[in-house]
Amino acid sequence: MRYSAFSVFLNGLRGNAGWAPAWRQPEPKPQYDVIIVGGGGHGLATAYYLSKTFGVTNVAVLEKGYLGSGNIGRNTTIIRSNYLLPGNNPFYELSMKLWEGLEQDFNFNAMVSQRGVINLFHSDAQRDAYTRRGNAMRLHGVDAELLDRDAVRKKLPFLDFDNARFPIMGGLLQARGGTVRHDAVAWGYARGADSRGVDIITGCEVTGIRTESGRVTGVETTKGFIGCGKLALAAAGNSTVVADMAGLRLPIESHVLQAFVSEGLKPFIDCVVTFGAGHFYVSQSDKGGLVFGGDIDGYNSYAQRGNLATVEHVAEAGVAMIPALTRIRYLRSWGGIMDMSMDGSPIIDRTHIDNLYLNAGWCYGGFKATPASGYCYAHLIARNEPHETARQLRLDRFQRGYQIDEKGVGAQPNLH
Amino acid sequence: MASLISCPHCGPRPKEEFTIKGDASLGRPAADAGSQDWYNYVYLRDNPKGLHKEYWHHSSGCRRWLIVERDTVTHKIHGVSDAALAKLGASV
Repeated sequence: MRYSAFSVFLNGLRGNAGWAPAWRQPEPKPQYDVIIVGGGGHGLATAYYLSKTFGVTNVAVLEKGYLGSGNIGRNTTIIRSNYLLPGNNPFYELSMKLWEGLEQDFNFNAMVSQRGVINLFHSDAQRDAYTRRGNAMRLHGVDAELLDRDAVRKKLPFLDFDNARFPIMGGLLQARGGTVRHDAVAWGYARGADSRGVDIITGCEVTGIRTESGRVTGVETTKGFIGCGKLALAAAGNSTVVADMAGLRLPIESHVLQAFVSEGLKPFIDCVVTFGAGHFYVSQSDKGGLVFGGDIDGYNSYAQRGNLATVEHVAEAGVAMIPALTRIRYLRSWGGIMDMSMDGSPIIDRTHIDNLYLNAGWCYGGFKATPASGYCYAHLIARNEPHETARQLRLDRFQRGYQIDEKGVGAQPNLH
Repeated sequence: MASLISCPHCGPRPKEEFTIKGDASLGRPAADAGSQDWYNYVYLRDNPKGLHKEYWHHSSGCRRWLIVERDTVTHKIHGVSDAALAKLGASV
């Protein structure tokens, strides 16, 4: 069924009895052309673009939990393409362009809101760094605008401009950045893929990868063996665990990142704003809650929960930026497991096994990349060659010395 | 993450006193080892779902480097030893 204003109106008149489930709950077939491990945002987006753009429809997505139970439902919903390095920037800008047309493309309301992202700077050196970043973005055809102190004050008068330690001197604005309803992204992609014949199989955990003379023949799952022509891993957070089933050791550590929502407030912050003197980013959801986050907790973890010390640290950074936050209360917090890669950038590549593909290492920037990740991964799987914007996101870049290290901290994954 | 880490020198202390460095099971290659060995050491990780040995520094305490064995799923700590002494084969 195609969703439209008319269908909403018509179903309203009929007591909303006419809505069908947005996707089927099929049992696995014995064999697929492509199996995608992981029914998160990236896996579902990959299935969607495989079936829609690349004409590969005999596809299964295997998800161990329910759809949206992983990081696609555990993030701060921010989208942006304000990257500095040539290996990243065109890729994230492709993602931004796909976000801009996404709702019309998959006929689902994902509440894409290009409300702008402002990164604050607090020193002359930081202004230079942000100027350089803005220039790099504009050279790549991405919008960027350097705001001085007065321009930031006009937009966000409640910031602590005269903080004794970290005065706010201005900000770098990407007006096309913003937020997206994260759950709806998973649902929209799932519905779009399902309607084109993709089987989305939930409650189906992959427990082993079967190989025969150097090729993957299928996967062992909690629902039995399922054969496949190509196997695509998209299990960020657990990438090490699934890659290990194929004998692949990864340049990745799993870490926990927390995110938070405050109680509902009247309209207060109308863009995304990030603190430059610490790690803090905040926006306000349509329900009124402030959605915010900070650093990862810093230790290896596969548990989807974090520590109170980080909760306090994030609140301190928030209050240093917006003193009025002292009056609000935390409503909820949650943790997600991040694939922290060794240079802070992701991997979309082939592997040592011909028909095994890897999509991993998203650190905590995976949500904004969802459409481009799906598109480029589908391109790689269908054509066996990388999409031009994802050419540098290679698995062997660490070995060859071509790291894409935006932050410049080296192989210390808990610092990215 | 457990709230307390039992430092062999200071006893059970809040984990906020400690700073993590990372995986303690990596063996540093010899200086003249090949690039493959160095790549394995610098970039590849076992990243286990379960028991994990890692270096923690008791930065707000005795400032000794410790090896903490911790479960990455339950966050429970199973053992703590002094890194330098453990290397010498002694136990504290």
